[in-house]
Parts: sequence; C-alpha cells; structure tokens
Amino acid sequence: MHSFSYNRVGEVAEAVTDLNEHSNAKFIAGGTNLLDLMKENVEHPEHLTDINRLSLSTIEQTEDGVRLGALATNADTAYLELIESQYPLLSKAILAGASPQLRNMATNGGNLFQRTRCYYFYDTATACNKREPGSGCSAINGINRIHAILGTSEQCIATHPSDMCVALAALDAKVNVTGSDGDRTIAFEDFHRLPGDTPHLDNNIRNGELVTSIDLPTNNFTKNVFYLKLRDRQSYAFALVSVAAALELDGNIIKDIRLALGGVAHKPWRSKEAEAQMVGKEATHENFLTMAEHILADAKGFGHNDFKIELAKRAIVRAFSEALKAE
Amino acid sequence: MKNEFSLLDEPEITARELPEYSYVNLRINGQSHQLKLQPWVSLLDALREYAGLTGTKKGCDHGQCGACTVLVNGKRINSCLTLAVMKDGDDITTIEGIADGEVAHPLQTAFIEHDAFQCGYCTPGQICSAIGLFNEGKAHTLEDVQELMSGNICRCGAYNNINSAIMEVKNKMDHA
Repeated sequence: MHSFSYNRVGEVAEAVTDLNEHSNAKFIAGGTNLLDLMKENVEHPEHLTDINRLSLSTIEQTEDGVRLGALATNADTAYLELIESQYPLLSKAILAGASPQLRNMATNGGNLFQRTRCYYFYDTATACNKREPGSGCSAINGINRIHAILGTSEQCIATHPSDMCVALAALDAKVNVTGSDGDRTIAFEDFHRLPGDTPHLDNNIRNGELVTSIDLPTNNFTKNVFYLKLRDRQSYAFALVSVAAALELDGNIIKDIRLALGGVAHKPWRSKEAEAQMVGKEATHENFLTMAEHILADAKGFGHNDFKIELAKRAIVRAFSEALKAE
Repeated sequence: MKNEFSLLDEPEITARELPEYSYVNLRINGQSHQLKLQPWVSLLDALREYAGLTGTKKGCDHGQCGACTVLVNGKRINSCLTLAVMKDGDDITTIEGIADGEVAHPLQTAFIEHDAFQCGYCTPGQICSAIGLFNEGKAHTLEDVQELMSGNICRCGAYNNINSAIMEVKNKMDHA
C-alpha cells in the first residue's frame, strides 16, 4: 500500500474539518472496500480521517420510523430485533451480502459508498472511465457477464455491488449528511447516480460531506417480503441479479408493493411507475410477470450479460411468489 | 543536457512529508503490546511482522479467503482489511491465544480428531472464525454453519471435515 497520513477524530465537526483541511483525503470507517482498493492502487488517498470513534453507531426508533447510525455495523443492524421484526427485508438483504467477518466490520454508511466490482475498474492496466475519466470503457466490448442491463451509458456499464442498498431503495430510505455547508437529507433514489457522462461519480454526495445516519420510514412490509440473490456460488459472492420484493396485501389484493433490483444497474433499480400499476391488482403470477416485462422493457445486453434480462424477469416473479409464501 | 530518451532522465522528485510513526497499543491474547507503526500497516501485518505472531495467515490479503481471521473485542474480522492504528486500545485474540495453557481449545482438538485440514494454511482462520460464529450464536443447523463459515475458504476442500468438527463442538456446547 502507498503511504498516507492518518488522523483519528472524536467529533463529527472535527471529522469534516480534518477531511477538508487535507488534499485528497477520505473518511475511513470499516475500511473493507477502501483498503482493498488502495492495495489494488485504484484508490490512493493521501490522508485518511478515521471516523470509527464518532458516536454514530446507535440504531433507534424515531417518531416516524427507525434511524440507523452510519457507524452501526452491517451485522449489528441485520441481527437487531427491531430491524428483524420491522424491516425484515433489510435484514435479509444485509445477510445476503459479504461474509460474517466483513459484516462485522462494514458499516451502514460505508455500505453506501461501495464501489463497483467491474473487473476493469479494478485492473489498472485497462481503460476505465470510472477510474480514469476519458480513458474509455473496456467492459462494453470486453467480458461483461456481470455488467449492467439498465440505465447504462456509452461511458460505463458498471453495476452497484451492494445488497443492503437494494433494500434501502425499496424501503424509501433517506440519507442524512453533514458538511461544511451544514446538514441535508438525501432521498435514497437521489443518492446514487446513473453513469451518464460522469461515470467517475457514484453518488451525489458533495466533497467533504459525511453520512451520519439513514432513516427508514414506517411501513407495513413486515410479513410478505423476500430478498432473492442469484449468483455464481451460493454464498459470499456478488449478485448477478438480486430482487428486494415487498407486499402489503388485503386478501389477495395488492395494497402496496415495493420492488428494487440489484446487479443490473449503476444504482439500485426501482420503478415507482411499475409499482403504482400493481396497486389494486391481484397478487398473481401473471400480474408479476407483466410487471417484470414492463421493468425490463428497455433493458439492453452487451453480449455476455444478455442472459440477465430473462434472469431478472424470472427472478422478479420468483421473489414475489416467495414473498407470498411468507408466514 | 536532456537527450531524446526522456524516460531515462532523472525523475523529478517532489518531496512529500512521510507520516510519522505512531505508537499503537494492542492487547493481544491478554498481553499488552505497544507497537511503533506507520498508518498503512494492516492489523495482519502488525500481528505477523511486528508482534511476531505468525499463526494468523496471509492468504489473499483482500478479504476474500478468511485465512487472516482474528477476533477483535470478541468479534471475528478479516485482519488484512483493517489498519492496526484503527484498532488502538482493542483486544485481539489470535490462534496463539485460544488454548487454555497447555490444554488445546475444543475446536483445536476437534479439528485434529476430524482431520479438518490438509495443508493447514486456512486452519487458524477457520478456528478463529468458528469461535466468532459461536460468540454470535446465530448458527443452529449444519446449513447455518455452512452459510456462516462461508467467509473462510479451504482450497484443499476439507469442508466436510471442518463442518463436522465445528458441529461436534457446537453440539457439546449446546448440551453442556
């Protein structure tokens, strides 16, 4: 690993100041993705601001939901009774990702900043617009089995690797951040970006801003939920396609529905329009298939990943049929 | 004078101030250690190269194999993906610290009895991971153990015997 300076901070304001005082600085929390990328020479910060000692690891019930501290670990979040009972979709999604060791280290805030697992992004010998803007995309005409089928651009077809974020997208989470310009709240759908002409930007966080917590609004998705993750091995692998599915039912009629996809785009993929069309309809195989066809209508394969289009449709239908079975 | 082979020119060296060493206090296997480290030293390298505890193994060094698994404050983590300086003041348990004096840890005994290794390189990580698994208390069945041990790769493929060793200790603990 390259050399860098390091400072452990004790207060949120101090963290923001420390980051802004150093050029090319980054926050470090769990470090599971950042240190890996530093060893690969993909990330090379000159200064690390260690935020692990900040008091941001509480998970608490709020007036209208639950607030997840940015520094609560993925494991502590997924196994917390409050989350298991009120947001089972989130628990299931977190536990589908990484390994127990990594979940013990990785934080909720850090999870949002995971970078793509595109092999060309990792391989500094190849061109990559995300790693080096303007250098080109090696994936579009290269090996692209794991790449995106929705929301791609001519510049980048990378996918977002997180499972947790797929559930957060489905659950209408909000991200609270603080920075030298003050605090603000970002709706989850506005947090991550599509690649467009700026694939080097994964999200809409401004330089120097720190995620302090994630809010989950109250919902009734406590029973008929399922997180389906399809991958090359059954455990400890990134998703080819994943589906966060949640239903609120009145008999067999859909009162409310949420669907977000992972492994198919540069951000967790959700279609509120497709969800709205399902409200009031019966929870049947045919209706879920129609929904799936609608969501994947504009999907585009790049050769090796063509299979993901059909896989995603079938995964959507299967995830909802599993969600219906839930007791 | 510059010649046309500019690549052979003396590179211009821009001096960047190197970070200073700092003292990192780690309690490793019940013993206090003060290590003088630069910030980029991973916990794994600190254990092996600075504290002289080479039981913890470096496999992939990227958090994919689990050979470097140790317990920090009782929780299993990949020591290759954390900086030692971030763990200042923490309690670290490595494979060297799990036996009770001369009496092997039940998992160590079970791994021998079940022949739960071939080359043995992943074993310290497997055992530390299994201790973390027991501490977490989320594994109830063999399937749970398989899923929750998936962060530890055994390239010899001794998984069946690793699982039976862990299940035996788990069953004994459950009925103790």
